[in-house]
Amino acid sequence: MVQRLDYLKESPSQTAGPYVHIGTNPNWVEITGVWKEDLGLVLVGPETQGERILIEGIVTDGAGAPVRDALIEIWQADAEGLHNSPAETRGRFDPNFVGWARQPVAEADGSFRFETVRPGQVPYPDGRMQAPHITVWIVARGINTGLHTRLYFADEAEANAKDPLLLRIPEPARRETLVARRSERDGMPVFTFDIRIQGANETVFLDM
Amino acid sequence: MSNSYFQRDRDWHPPALTPTYKTSVLRSPRHALLSLPTTLSEETGPVFGHDILGPLDNDLIRNFAKDGAEAIGQRIVVYGRVLDETNRPVPGALVEFWQANAGGRYRHKKESYLAALDPNFGGCGRAITDAEGRYEFRTVKPGAYPWPNGVNDWRPAHIHFSVFGNAFAQRLITQMYFEGDPMIWQCPIVMTIPDRAAVERLVAGLDRNATIPMDSLAYKFDIVLRGRRSTLFENRPEGN
Repeated sequence: MVQRLDYLKESPSQTAGPYVHIGTNPNWVEITGVWKEDLGLVLVGPETQGERILIEGIVTDGAGAPVRDALIEIWQADAEGLHNSPAETRGRFDPNFVGWARQPVAEADGSFRFETVRPGQVPYPDGRMQAPHITVWIVARGINTGLHTRLYFADEAEANAKDPLLLRIPEPARRETLVARRSERDGMPVFTFDIRIQGANETVFLDM
Repeated sequence: MSNSYFQRDRDWHPPALTPTYKTSVLRSPRHALLSLPTTLSEETGPVFGHDILGPLDNDLIRNFAKDGAEAIGQRIVVYGRVLDETNRPVPGALVEFWQANAGGRYRHKKESYLAALDPNFGGCGRAITDAEGRYEFRTVKPGAYPWPNGVNDWRPAHIHFSVFGNAFAQRLITQMYFEGDPMIWQCPIVMTIPDRAAVERLVAGLDRNATIPMDSLAYKFDIVLRGRRSTLFENRPEGN
C-alpha cells in the first residue's frame, strides 16, 4: 500500500439536452420575469477598443443537417490579447469588453452570429505567440461532453503559419476547418466559421 | 506549462459516440480530439458578479410564480460545493440549473409530453458560489418522463447543471440524480458514462440533517471541476 493522493475526480459530463435554453437563455424560450436579460447576448459596446468583426456560421451533424438546438459559447482576448479574467496577469484588459458570449443557434437553419472585436495575440506556454483566435464551445442534445474548438482568421496567414496549435494538425485540409473565411459586408469584416460535428470536413475538436 | 489544468480523463466522461443514446450517433466527431496543454486562452474565463443575481434566482418554487403562489410538488433544497480536483473550493463560480416540473414536464416550446404544465413553475435558476465554494437553491423535485429513444425509455428525475469555474478549461454541463432512484440505472443517457463509480458522483444524497422541518427535504450535490497544476519546482518565468 502507498499513501493516497488526495485528488477528486472531475464530475462526469452529461448532455445539455434539448432544453438547455431553459437554464441558459430562459427569456429566449419565453420564460420571462425570472431574470431580466439572458447572459452573454452582447460583446461589444461603443467604448470597446478594437476592430469590429462579425463571426457567422452554422452547426451541422454527420448527415449535413443543421443542429437546430445547439448552444454556442465563445471566449476570447481583447484587442490587445488580454483576457477579462482574474487569471490574466500580463496587463490590464479592456474594461469595456467581457470577451464571453453565448447564443442558441437559429432554429430555422442552425446559424449563429456574434459581433465582436478581433482578438490580439496570446502566448503559448513556451513563450511562442499564438495566432489570434477565439475559443468556441458547442453543447446540444446528443453531445455527451461539450465540444471545444477554436476559430482562427483567414487574413492572419502569417501568424497562422506559426501557430503552435495549428502546427500540431498534420493534414492541411483539417487545419483549414479552424480557419474562418473572410468576406466583407457594409465595410465590416465577416468571418464565416461553419462547425461540422462529423463527416466530410469534420471540424478539429480539442482536448485542452 | 506551470499553470496548466489537469488533462480531462476522457475514459471517465462519456465517449462522444454512444449508440444506445441514439442522437449521439450523428452528433459525435469521428476524428480523435487534438490533445494539447492549456494556454492562457483556456486558463482564463469570464467572471460573473453577484450583482447579476436577483433575490429569487435560486428559488424555483417562487421565481416564476404569480403573486403569493408557489410551484406544486415535493419541496426540496439542493445544496453543495463546487470544488476542483485538488479538493479546493471554487469561489465565485456561476452555477445555472434547469429542470422539468413535478410532473416531468418542461416549460419549452419543443416539449410535447402530456403531463400538465404548472403555471407557477418556470424551471430555471442560478447561484454564485461563496468563498467556500457553496451554493444552494430551493425547488420542487422534478418528475421522471418518457422520451423518444427506445419505444419506452424514461429519464430518471434529474436536474441539469451548467458550471463556470475560474477558467474556460473548467466549463462543464452535467446532470444531478436522486439517491435511491432505480430508474438511474435504466437510463440510456446515464449509461453513456462507462464507469458506475462515475455515475455515482452525479447522485445527490438525501441529507436528513439539512432538511427544513415541516417544509423541505434536502439533497447534497457537490460538483468537481478540473484541477490546476501547481508544482513547486517548476520553472516559472512569470513568477509564482
